[in-house]
Amino acid sequence: MRETYSVVLPKLNLAELTGRLIVIEGTDGVGRSTQIKLLRPWLEQQGHAVLDTGIRRSQLAAKGIQQAKAGHTLGRITLSLFYATDLADRLENEIAPALRAGFVVLTDRYIYSLMARAIVRGLDPAWIHNVYSFALKPDAIFYLRIGVDDLVPRVVFSSGFDYWESGMDLYHSEDMYESFRKYQTALLAQFDTMAKEYDFTVIDASPDIHAVFERLRAGISRVLKGEPRKTLFKGPASEVDVQDAGSTEVSAVKANSPSPAK
Amino acid sequence: MKRYGEHRFPGKLFVVEGIDGSGKSTQLMLLHQWLQSEGYGVVFSEWNSSPLVRDTTRRGKKKQMLTPATFSLIHATDFADRMEHNIIPLLKAGAVVLCDRYIYTAFARDVVRGMDSKWVRELYSFAVKPTAAFYFRVPLEVAMKRILEGRNGVKFYEAGMDLGLNDDPEKSFHIFQGRILEEYEKMVPEFELTTVDATLPIEEQQLQMRQIVKARLTQAKRLRVAP
Repeated sequence: MRETYSVVLPKLNLAELTGRLIVIEGTDGVGRSTQIKLLRPWLEQQGHAVLDTGIRRSQLAAKGIQQAKAGHTLGRITLSLFYATDLADRLENEIAPALRAGFVVLTDRYIYSLMARAIVRGLDPAWIHNVYSFALKPDAIFYLRIGVDDLVPRVVFSSGFDYWESGMDLYHSEDMYESFRKYQTALLAQFDTMAKEYDFTVIDASPDIHAVFERLRAGISRVLKGEPRKTLFKGPASEVDVQDAGSTEVSAVKANSPSPAK
Repeated sequence: MKRYGEHRFPGKLFVVEGIDGSGKSTQLMLLHQWLQSEGYGVVFSEWNSSPLVRDTTRRGKKKQMLTPATFSLIHATDFADRMEHNIIPLLKAGAVVLCDRYIYTAFARDVVRGMDSKWVRELYSFAVKPTAAFYFRVPLEVAMKRILEGRNGVKFYEAGMDLGLNDDPEKSFHIFQGRILEEYEKMVPEFELTTVDATLPIEEQQLQMRQIVKARLTQAKRLRVAP
């Protein structure tokens, strides 16, 4: 049955949430949204109803976060809680209803990005884990992993450096390039730690779009068929950096990770 | 990140708590006047007043979009902004900060709405512990009489209408406030709230409050501003 990381929100009947919740995680510019655009029609062709959602898309809080960020005046605790509000709103009004209706929910980032950002900004990990302990445990978390050196050109040649994605609120004195490198390096370290803690399926995101897509498809197929976790590779999830496309890679079927509130 | 506990800032933080109609805002206003006349640098901080978050909260309330979870989180967001940008800098500067409602209001309301009590307490653990927190204890019937005579109708969330307790706003308000009162009573020992009998004459309550505040102010260095 569906579980949360600790607390259950009022009026949420976990037994009803029969759909699949699949998380695509990864740092800024790694290609998450591109992959989701490919995954959605692929899933629909196979007859799955799909909801795609992502952070800062709630009816309640999206606008407020955007306005507050534009002023660059948000405190780090305030920003974290604003995002938590956004997640709770989507969880109750989009994700849970879709899971209840048997959808496959694809979410472009989830609590892991939000926790990583908070921890990099110096907030107490125990505190932020508690904040998100109401979140539903996903059926699988695919982490698109990339090194900073591969990431920089992608960002430069697509959207350019963004104030927040460069952590400019953290490293005021640096130029955006230096700040971006420092900030993303710190985030990647957090992701690597979480990959073990939350049982991420790590996918190397440095090859081209289609190679990454192949791997995601194989992983998701396995989740949807309800196949048990493969035990080809043992050891920490972060080392499951698969070299070959196809069915040999290891996937996390169920995120049986411990409660983050502990 | 500091956890809930005694702060070492030169300023002082006094908060008032209690159900609607307990008279806490009147008492805080009188305290404010007195502290000002005594020459202290006093700043008043109101619940739910962050300029960055206010629009979202207002919209959520107006459209009745808020669930217990988002009601709790949006108020915590508002409080965090005030804590980070207002209350802590003021305490560092040596001000006397007065808050009409504080984290205990959130604990009472959110728990009554069904949120996990430990989760909410941990959520607000970034809050500074007040120098003194006054709880204005009043019987439910007395508070209800004061409120319902004084204004025309209670608002949707104020009356706890989102909980579906009763279709009649006044009846819902009554049940909701009763449950809030129970939560406050539990918090008196938990957070060492200073109780004030809110059925006493206004002047007498104010006298008690001033005595306690005065004692806490003299313990620390004088924070008088030049007249």
